[in-house]
Amino acid sequence: MNRLNQLFASKKDNLLSIYYTAGYPALNTTVAIAEALEKAGADFLEIGFPYSDPVADGPTIQHSSEQALINGMTLNQLFEELTELRKRVTIPILLMGYFNPIVQYGIERFCKKAGELGVDGVIVPDLPMYEYEELYSSYFIDNNLSNIFLVTPQTSPERIRKIDELSNSFIYLLSSSSITGGSLQLTANIEDYYKRIKGMELKNPAIIGFGISDNATFTKACQYANGAIVGSKFVKLLSEEGYMEKIPGFIKSIKQ
Amino acid sequence: MKYGVNDHGYYGDFGGAYIPEMLYPNVEELRQQYLTIINDEGFKAEFNDLLKNYVGRPSPLYHAKRYSEKYGANIFFKREDLNHTGSHKINNAIGQILLAKRLGKKRIIAETGAGQHGVATATVCALMGIECVVYMGEIDMARQAPNVSRMKMLGATVRPASSGSKTLKDATNEALRDWIANPVDTHYIIGSVVGPYPYPDMVARFQSIISEETKKQLVEHTGKELPEYVLACVGGGSNAMGMFYHFLDDEQVKLVAIEAAGKGVDSGHSAATTFLGHEGVLHGSRTILMQTPDGQVVEPYSISAGLDYPGIGPQHAHLYKINRAQYVSVTDDEAMQAGLLCSQMEGIIPAIESSHALAQLEKMKFKSSDNVVICLSGRGDKDLDTFIKYFNY
Ligand SMILES: Cc1ncc(COP(=O)(O)O)c(C=O)c1O
Repeated sequence: MNRLNQLFASKKDNLLSIYYTAGYPALNTTVAIAEALEKAGADFLEIGFPYSDPVADGPTIQHSSEQALINGMTLNQLFEELTELRKRVTIPILLMGYFNPIVQYGIERFCKKAGELGVDGVIVPDLPMYEYEELYSSYFIDNNLSNIFLVTPQTSPERIRKIDELSNSFIYLLSSSSITGGSLQLTANIEDYYKRIKGMELKNPAIIGFGISDNATFTKACQYANGAIVGSKFVKLLSEEGYMEKIPGFIKSIKQ
Repeated sequence: MKYGVNDHGYYGDFGGAYIPEMLYPNVEELRQQYLTIINDEGFKAEFNDLLKNYVGRPSPLYHAKRYSEKYGANIFFKREDLNHTGSHKINNAIGQILLAKRLGKKRIIAETGAGQHGVATATVCALMGIECVVYMGEIDMARQAPNVSRMKMLGATVRPASSGSKTLKDATNEALRDWIANPVDTHYIIGSVVGPYPYPDMVARFQSIISEETKKQLVEHTGKELPEYVLACVGGGSNAMGMFYHFLDDEQVKLVAIEAAGKGVDSGHSAATTFLGHEGVLHGSRTILMQTPDGQVVEPYSISAGLDYPGIGPQHAHLYKINRAQYVSVTDDEAMQAGLLCSQMEGIIPAIESSHALAQLEKMKFKSSDNVVICLSGRGDKDLDTFIKYFNY
């Protein structure tokens, strides 16, 4: 049981997760932002580590990644900042980023370090299921890290079953096949997709991400899943002056 | 095929399909169908007919007499520069457009560096009446302006990639993002032996016509199928893989792959991937790429837009690691001189990419009986501006 499992055991609805890019807008803000988000009422967090070629991201997160790299963010720097994490933050924390920086850091070493620092899970969009299962899953399991898989409207039912089997905290439902920063679409097809997933009675909770930006989209998403993730909209807030003071109001505006 | 791909898409340690879930259905559809489709008799007949009557294949294997004298061996040029649209890129574009049609796709996207692959893709889309969007780095659009105009005239939309370093790798990122957003009706025609499995294998198969023809043509010229040396330049590695393909299992044939050293391998302005790169993941495959110790992709440099890529295809990474092919590098200056020499000694203005392969001849020692084949991957029309500026004509 890690913090994610405990959270999902105690709370099943309206879970709010926030994504932000470490090192943006400045270095040494990662834990302070996490602390502020916890106080404001976020249920769990995804901390992005930047990559030069983020193919699954739209302009907002691309920009935050570029700026974070210019600021000097690296995995070493992030882990340095996270030594404070569990002194100041109690909610579940996931790290999210692309596979190549992890490969260079060393996959086993990465999992070990993340586990030691109190990280609960990892989202690596370009780590394929086959390689995860065959080569790396033991590193994640041994360090009590949940690996989170994505599901899109095009993912086949058999594959969703397989993902459910390999997951041990939650499944990340994409609101549509898109890069980050789009807007939530609610066509008949998409509603069918959410209903189809709900009807599968998966063992893992489902959290909807990509395109969640305000109370309306958050509430909609929560009708079909256990919660939702806000990313680009929060990263935009971080580009504003006095963003720390604005965090409570931001979370309130989404949860209402 | 001893050096071919395994069932999971790997060549030794390299390859695979490191893609986000959003791309999985498209890539999986391709993986399941590509071999069935391209081995189908109807497909083969249509592919071969277009290669013959539209592209103008077989491309000649030309015995370059003055070069042979100069370098003391029998030097042959495989004339991919004579193909319709001016390079080897059309072989792959024809193959993939026929495949896309059979998959029922209605829209084509592509990335391009030098513009040769973009032009080839725009051309086959015009031929088939299919919508075409080509992503091209903003910097490349400026240095390969004639090709931008050609793509537009052929009816394609050219979208500038203005993120990151604004060159080929960013154009590839933008094309992948487009594909994520258009998961059902769009096929992505990747222009080299890079990307997630099955692309490296599929593109290599479409380009393998180069070495298939070469073997037959060598018999006519020399009475033997096998040369002593085969040379080709490497950006992502598609002309080289096509040129090597049917010689891979003939271990006595020495394969030489020429990378772009830019201003020098150690100058900080280079694209010599095997010299400067490390193992990692780029654009969906495990391969060798230029990167920082933290795993950020490093921006390469070469005077040649087509070689200005921070990685190489996974099969090349494998051939390099196990020493089946030799990887060398040639600087901007060496390539430009070689381009001029070929123009004035053989009356052929080569692409700057291909000039890199020609420049390697200066560094090799041959026996007079050696047969040496160089892939002349493209013609230099697109590079006239760069040549003129360089030589102050
Ligand atoms: C003429 C020519 N040769 C070579 C290349 C490099 O590509 P590849 O290494 O895939 O053959 C290009 C790419 O644009 C090209 O236009």
